[in-house]
Order: sequence, then C-alpha cells, then structure tokens
Amino acid sequence: MRLSLLTRAALAALALCVVVFLFAPLAVIILFAFGKSNVQTFPIHHWTTYWFGVAWHDPAVRSALWLSIKAGVAATAIALVLGTLVAFGIHRFKFFGRDSVSLLLVLPIALPGIVTGLALQSAFNLSGVPFSIYTIIIGHATFCIVVVFNNVIARLRRTSLSLIEASADLGATPLQTFRLVTMPMLSTAIVAGALLAFALSFDEVIVTTFTAGAQNTLPLWIFGAIRLGQQLPEVNAVVVGVILLTLIPIVVAARISSGEGLGGAGRL
Amino acid sequence: MPVKEGIRQRTGAALWRRPWLRGALTLSPPLLWFLVIYLSSLVVMLITAFFSVDSLTGNVIYQWTWSNFSQIFTQSVYGSIILRTVLMAVLVTITDALIALPFAFYLAKVAGRRWRHLLLSLLLMPLWASYLAKVYAWINILSNKGVLPDLESHLHLPITHIAFTNIAMWIVFSYLWLPFMIVPIYGAFERVPNSLLEASSDLGAGSWQTFRWVILPMVLPGIVAGSIFTFSLTLGDFITPLLIGGSSSTFIGNAIYDSAINGGNLPFAAALAFVSIAIMAIYLLLAKLAGAFEAL
Repeated sequence: MRLSLLTRAALAALALCVVVFLFAPLAVIILFAFGKSNVQTFPIHHWTTYWFGVAWHDPAVRSALWLSIKAGVAATAIALVLGTLVAFGIHRFKFFGRDSVSLLLVLPIALPGIVTGLALQSAFNLSGVPFSIYTIIIGHATFCIVVVFNNVIARLRRTSLSLIEASADLGATPLQTFRLVTMPMLSTAIVAGALLAFALSFDEVIVTTFTAGAQNTLPLWIFGAIRLGQQLPEVNAVVVGVILLTLIPIVVAARISSGEGLGGAGRL
Repeated sequence: MPVKEGIRQRTGAALWRRPWLRGALTLSPPLLWFLVIYLSSLVVMLITAFFSVDSLTGNVIYQWTWSNFSQIFTQSVYGSIILRTVLMAVLVTITDALIALPFAFYLAKVAGRRWRHLLLSLLLMPLWASYLAKVYAWINILSNKGVLPDLESHLHLPITHIAFTNIAMWIVFSYLWLPFMIVPIYGAFERVPNSLLEASSDLGAGSWQTFRWVILPMVLPGIVAGSIFTFSLTLGDFITPLLIGGSSSTFIGNAIYDSAINGGNLPFAAALAFVSIAIMAIYLLLAKLAGAFEAL
C-alpha cells in the first residue's frame, strides 16, 4: 500500500512506543533485583547480587521451585503424549464431531482460567481426592495439551501424507514408519510444544490456586509474598529468576520451530 | 522372513485397512482425558452451583436450590461487581484493539523484513514473561513511592495518584493482555495479500478507504480472536485486582476466589463461575451475530 512518508513515520514511532511500553516494566523489575536497598527506588546506588543468594538459600523458595519443576515436567509429559495423539487424530481422520473436538481443546484457555480451576476443585471435592502434586499436574496438563496440539498440527498441515503412504508401500511396519519417517518430520514441533507447555505450567497461578491446597508452587509463593508485602527484595530476585527460566525454553522453542505455534492461543 | 516380522507387518496391514480402528486408538486417550477430567469437572461445578452450604458446619448440602442465583441477582453488590467486570473487560478490549491494530499493521505491511523479525522476536518476551513478574513490576511503578511518582517529582510534573484505583486496573490489564491481541491481529494482517492492497489503490482508493473497506473486514476475525482472550482473561483474573486494585476493585474473579478459597462456600463460587461462563457465551454469540466468525 502506498503510504505517505508522514504516515510511515507515525506508524514507526507508534511501534517504538508500544515496544517501550511492553518492555519498560520488565526492565524496572530486573534493575530492582540488583539493588542493595530494602526500599525499591531509583536511582540504584549499590549494585549487588546479594538478594539472589538470599532467595537461592531460602528453603521455602527452594521447595516451591522444586514442586514447580516436578509438576511442570509431569504435566508436560502428559500434554506431550495426549496433544500429539489428538493432533494426529484430527489431522488424519475425518469423523463426526471433528470440529467439536478442536473446540473442546481450546475450551480450557478460551474460558476464564478461574472456571477451570474451580471446576477441578469442585470435582476433587466431590470425589474426595485430596490435594497433592497430582491434582496440580492434572490441572496443568489439561491446559497444556492445547499448546502441544497447536504446534504439532501446524507442522502436520505443512507436511505431506504421501511420505507416510510411500513408507508403508515400501514395506515398512507402522512402527518403522513412525520411527523413521513421521518422528523426524515432527520432532522439532513436538519439542517446541513441550518447551512451551513447560513454560506455561511453570508460570501458572490461577488454576493452581484452586488445585494446590496448602502447597506452594513458585508462582504461589511469589503471590503470597507480594500480598503480605514481606521479603520484597527477595521477591525481586525470584521473579527475575522465573523470567529467565521461562524465557530460555521459549527462545529455544522459537529457534527450533521457526516461530510456529508461539501465538496467543497457546499462551493463556 | 522371521515370524515376528510377519506378525508386525500383518498387524500394520490390518490397521491400515481399518482407518476407524487407527482413529479410535489415536483419539481415545486424549478424548477420555477431556471427558473424564475436564468436562465432567465442569458438569460437577455447574451442578454444585445449585447446592448450598450449611452455615453452621460449612458442609455442602446436596439439595437442589436456586438460592445462590437469587442472591447474585437480587443483592445489588453482585450486580455492581458483574457490571464493573464487564465494563472493564470491554474497556480493556477496546484499548488493546486500538493499540494493536496500527502496531500489527506496521509490523505486517510496513516494516522491512529484518525490522519485522526483530520486533516479532522482541514481542516474545513480554508475551511469555511471567505474569506475576509483570503485575509486580506495575506495583513498583504505580505505588505512591513508586517509579512513576518518583519520575514525576523529578521532572516537576503534577503527581498522579492512581495507585489502587480502577484506572490503575485499566492500565495494568491493558498492558497484560496487549500481546494476546497483537499476535492474532498480526496473523490476520499477514494473510491479507499485498496484491489486494495494490489493486485497491490502483482502483483509486485512498489509504483510509483501503483500510476501511479492504483491510478491516479481512482482519476482523483476528480482532475477534484477540478479544476473546482479553475478555476471558479479564473475567477470570483475581490476582491483578487483589494486588493492583483498591477497595472498589472487586471483580467476578475476586468474588469467586473469596467464596471458594476464603469463605469455603464452593456452591456460591460455582454459581458466580456460571455467571462468567454465561457472559463469555453471550459475548461469543454477539460476535457471531455481528458476523465476526464468518471469515474465521
């Protein structure tokens, strides 16, 4: 489209403002984490990594971190298997109600997270299931499935079925076809989906509030500490650690999958 | 040929000839998960909304009653909570759409290739960075001794007192959900072929006319997709209102959280969740009536 120079300049300026708006708060929090003072104000006079040490040696933070990692890994594993299966099923087979299945998958993220959380809590209550790491995992896996699904189906739509047919025609067993043809085509999409699912689980707090009982995942610890207004310099350090721990899998996922499936739908 | 190999190949052939069997084997584990865990939980919650709680013992009384709903619809406090939540969701959705539209347009159609890639990868960080980190950052910015008042006093500007108000809520919600609006709108812009824009201007349309009559109808599905997220995220949040908002910032999410976690009244929380599902359903229906799904 032919746009005047002025329009182009205005759009570019606006884009820059949006990027600054999106990054400024993150910059603030990262800078504060390196300040020595108990009170968070600019300018920062004494730079230090002291609070990172405090956070790392805090047993409450440690056990919360460990719970988050365990739950995230387990939820990711479940989402990996179920998300890949459902992507295959929807891509390969035409059946009655196929559209409703894709709708069903998006439901945990299209409906408010608090609905998913409360629904699970009601069901656990009714069936007498006590809150444990397993209830956290069940909640996380449910909304992580769609992330893996999105990644795998995006890749499946771009690859051709004829390769799989050719493999069978040439005498390969389904297992051989799966191992030697299908998996190499999909592996990066599956790994990217898993990384995103882990990042999502690691950061989740709303559903977790309703499925954790008295346990603390790392986000729940952060939420509690902010609410009480205690240990705030330590919260800064933990929060920066969480940002890093979520961003590493995201960047790797973006690299290996050339950005497919990183969109909004997965990130709720 | 070894016997084992033969069996494997025969199983393979048998499966190949019966696609329904393969389909059933592939789809049943994920569908069972959704049916047994997710959908049945939703049903349990919806039924729980019609139970009540014994005020003495705190136990759930499994007896059909409309009392939760009549309480929600007759007590004015819940009316104003629902109204406040919906208004905030609408306001945040409009704000984010107004920011995201020109930004995504610039990204998809104006910026050069390199610049676009850089901006897109920059977008990943605010999109995926920890939700609590972002909320916490805004507490530090807006609070009375925060970065913003500090900056204003240094610049000798009038100091804004927006900490713990609904204006703060509006800013923070708009900030939090903006990337969720940008991504689908950008995707929609990307699907508009450049040749169409050229054709439009060849036929004599000005930039604004092209935008209004060619681009906007084509990106509408993207806006609707983004608005579903902004709407549902606002409806379901209780953390931002608790940490950023003030005494007049009770949203549906807070009411649900308070009755379920603090009040121990699961049936009432379920009834409130019922209301937020209904609001989402009405919103989707309106979007459908407006024809926003036709191009999806």
